[in-house]
Amino acid sequence: MNFLEYAPAPESTAILNLREQYGLFIDGEFVDGRGEPFQTISPATEARIASISNANGADVSDAVAAARRAYDRTWSRMSGRDRGKYLFRIARLVQERARELAVAESLDNGKPIKESRDVDVPLVAAWFFYYAGWADKLDHAGLGANPRALGVAAQVIPWNFPLLMLAWKIAPALAAGNTVVLKPAETTPLTALIFADILQQADLPPGVVNIVTGAGDTGAALVAHEGVDKVAFTGSTAVGRAIAKQIAGTEKKVTLELGGKAANIVFDDAPIDQAIEGIVNGIFFNQGHVCCAGSRLLVQESIHDEVVDRLKARLSTLRLGDPLDKNTDIGAINSREQLDRIRELSDIGVAEGAERWSAPCEIPENGFWYAPTIFTGVQTSSRIARDEIFGPVLSVLTFRTPAEAVAKANNTPYGLSAGIWTDKGSRILAVADQLRAGVIWANTFNRFDPASPFGGYKESGYGREGGRHGLAAYLAPATGVDRAAAAAPKAKSATKGSKR
Amino acid sequence: MTGTSLITARERALAVLGGEPDDATLRRYLHGIPGVDAVGLEQRAAGLGTRSIKTASKAWALDRIISLIDLTTLEGADTPGKVRSLAAKALNPDPADATTPRVAAVCVYGDMVPSAVDALGAAHGDPDDGLISVAAVATAFPSGRASLEIKLADTAEAVAAGADEIDMVIDRGAFLAGRYGLVFDQIAAVKEACRRADGTSASLKVILETGELVTYDNVRRASWLSILAGGDFIKTSTGKVPSAATLPVTLLMLEVVRDWHLATGQRIGVKPAGGIRTSKDAIKYLVTVAETVGEEWLVPHLFRFGASSLLNDVLLQRQKLATSHYSGPDYVTID
Repeated sequence: MNFLEYAPAPESTAILNLREQYGLFIDGEFVDGRGEPFQTISPATEARIASISNANGADVSDAVAAARRAYDRTWSRMSGRDRGKYLFRIARLVQERARELAVAESLDNGKPIKESRDVDVPLVAAWFFYYAGWADKLDHAGLGANPRALGVAAQVIPWNFPLLMLAWKIAPALAAGNTVVLKPAETTPLTALIFADILQQADLPPGVVNIVTGAGDTGAALVAHEGVDKVAFTGSTAVGRAIAKQIAGTEKKVTLELGGKAANIVFDDAPIDQAIEGIVNGIFFNQGHVCCAGSRLLVQESIHDEVVDRLKARLSTLRLGDPLDKNTDIGAINSREQLDRIRELSDIGVAEGAERWSAPCEIPENGFWYAPTIFTGVQTSSRIARDEIFGPVLSVLTFRTPAEAVAKANNTPYGLSAGIWTDKGSRILAVADQLRAGVIWANTFNRFDPASPFGGYKESGYGREGGRHGLAAYLAPATGVDRAAAAAPKAKSATKGSKR
Repeated sequence: MTGTSLITARERALAVLGGEPDDATLRRYLHGIPGVDAVGLEQRAAGLGTRSIKTASKAWALDRIISLIDLTTLEGADTPGKVRSLAAKALNPDPADATTPRVAAVCVYGDMVPSAVDALGAAHGDPDDGLISVAAVATAFPSGRASLEIKLADTAEAVAAGADEIDMVIDRGAFLAGRYGLVFDQIAAVKEACRRADGTSASLKVILETGELVTYDNVRRASWLSILAGGDFIKTSTGKVPSAATLPVTLLMLEVVRDWHLATGQRIGVKPAGGIRTSKDAIKYLVTVAETVGEEWLVPHLFRFGASSLLNDVLLQRQKLATSHYSGPDYVTID
């Protein structure tokens, strides 16, 4: 027998308790949307999972109104310590229901279960635990004493890490004392709706988090709503630009987490086997549906052939298929639309003269799939070296000197992330210092931690998520009125102190 | 099982190194090999460890693990009786199930080789033919702290007594002191001592004792050094120091073996030893071998487990697959 054809090891979907249809989560309850409901499907099989409510403008207004009420009456008046208790409770419930969330995520998004199980869901819990700890320590967030929340946050998230992006948005917003209206992506609403169930389980006061499902028009209505104080968006640069235009001139604060075309720079003294793993993880993790993916490999010319050969050998061992199989490395492309875009850009790559190589894997009959692909002979002027493909496609370019590597790495309208592979510590520091990217990984790639800020330069957006910096995106310094209010209880405690 | 002849190994080493295998040349070569990033290596090993091996794959894996075991007893208290018992277990691992494969070899101290050869009788031979080899630890195992003459005599005596495989230890002190030439010469000399009168040669496993080399960079260099000097196998550990075989160390050694094969076309074996006690762990090693060098490496002359207690756990798992319930330690034999 052929050992490497591992017997199927599918994660059971029996743990899911899916409903036939899901409503909008407004003011602590599931309610029907007034728009035409839509179906969410599994991209691996194209089979229908559930019917999802579609929020129209009136539904969005209801959600914003609920968030405002919750902000005024409950959440903004609650102590940081008590807000923290809710966040800790949510984090623990995410851990308790981790398997269910992982299965739902892989089913709805198409990502391999090993990633949703070992990366997405553990990070979701970590994000809530981390910001739960901040809730009563906002004086140390860097904005002076008694910073105040912004109010109602409108949050629009993408389909590549549905639940993780939800956590990145909701955890800091709630810790800082804001209330939230969140719109998940149209193709991946499932885990957000299970999360709503967790919020009910956690007994979170109604209206503190509202979840409205729908397509782009729902998101646009939410962002444009005048009752919103803060807009946080993760997604494409085109939509981000539209949002920036839309809210220009309003009081709304905004953070945008947009596209990327990260350079992964491999020097000739790199730890080669780990660099190969890092390149693979950099671009083929989550089918390349990662805004910070290392989609441009900049490899020193002297080791180009060796790296490409090793890369091809390694890619030939990747297992593409059923996202719920525990041995799957590469899952399904999230949607037909995205698959079409990947194909289109790949064909442009070929037309521009780059050499395409795809890993030899069997493509399932149904669903949306794209074999891991690398392009060699790519020039900086090629579309596939400039445009974000957002799929499992790597463009390989070469450089001769560190200065050239830096120049090529920075030669992009984006600036979200970058990677450096070398055994030489001083080179890591010198090169990192010159790269115009928000996140720089050294001898690793695609590692995330709630304590580390994440965000971009240039067309990759503005604002930071994660860490203390991520908290600042949901806070403003205390105003004179706040300070006066805060001064009163402090005077009391001083009196107490003098009695002792 | 004949290893490569000494002449070829030396010529190959000279060609690869581009000079005599002295300290300076070896240092230049071994320190020119790309470094190892510890975090990345351990992350990759952990990733391989998450493969889920079920049903038919698991059944195949369990049988294959048994056929790759060097069933080992290396105690000061070893006696001919103990070795006979070990050999009987090697021949017939599960008396209740005749379909159970035999192990690859029994591994004993040099002075126990005659007892092992006796006890195996007609079943003594090449594991690739379904027979059982006798492996002997030699060269002042486990410390290796003896003169070269004694190490060579130790080796020659075991080979003369019928050992098919010699598990030697490298001089870790010399390696850590940068005396790579000395380590090379000793391995090459032991390899020569593995020769029999008829011109054939016992297979040479070179134990790096990775727990004493400490860093992954050292393990990688010692692996290259051992292969250059003519080792047929590289082996992680003696099992006599606290840190024995680990998945990252074995992965690293497999990567060296893969690169050597790419460079020269020669296939070198790998033997993790010490600390592998459960089927679950052993399956992770099989996965690591298959996904790093290819599953054609999962044969007795290219991969072994050095273990004593692993066999019984595999037998229990095997019984569980057949009967779908767990038995207990009294349903497998002690050796």
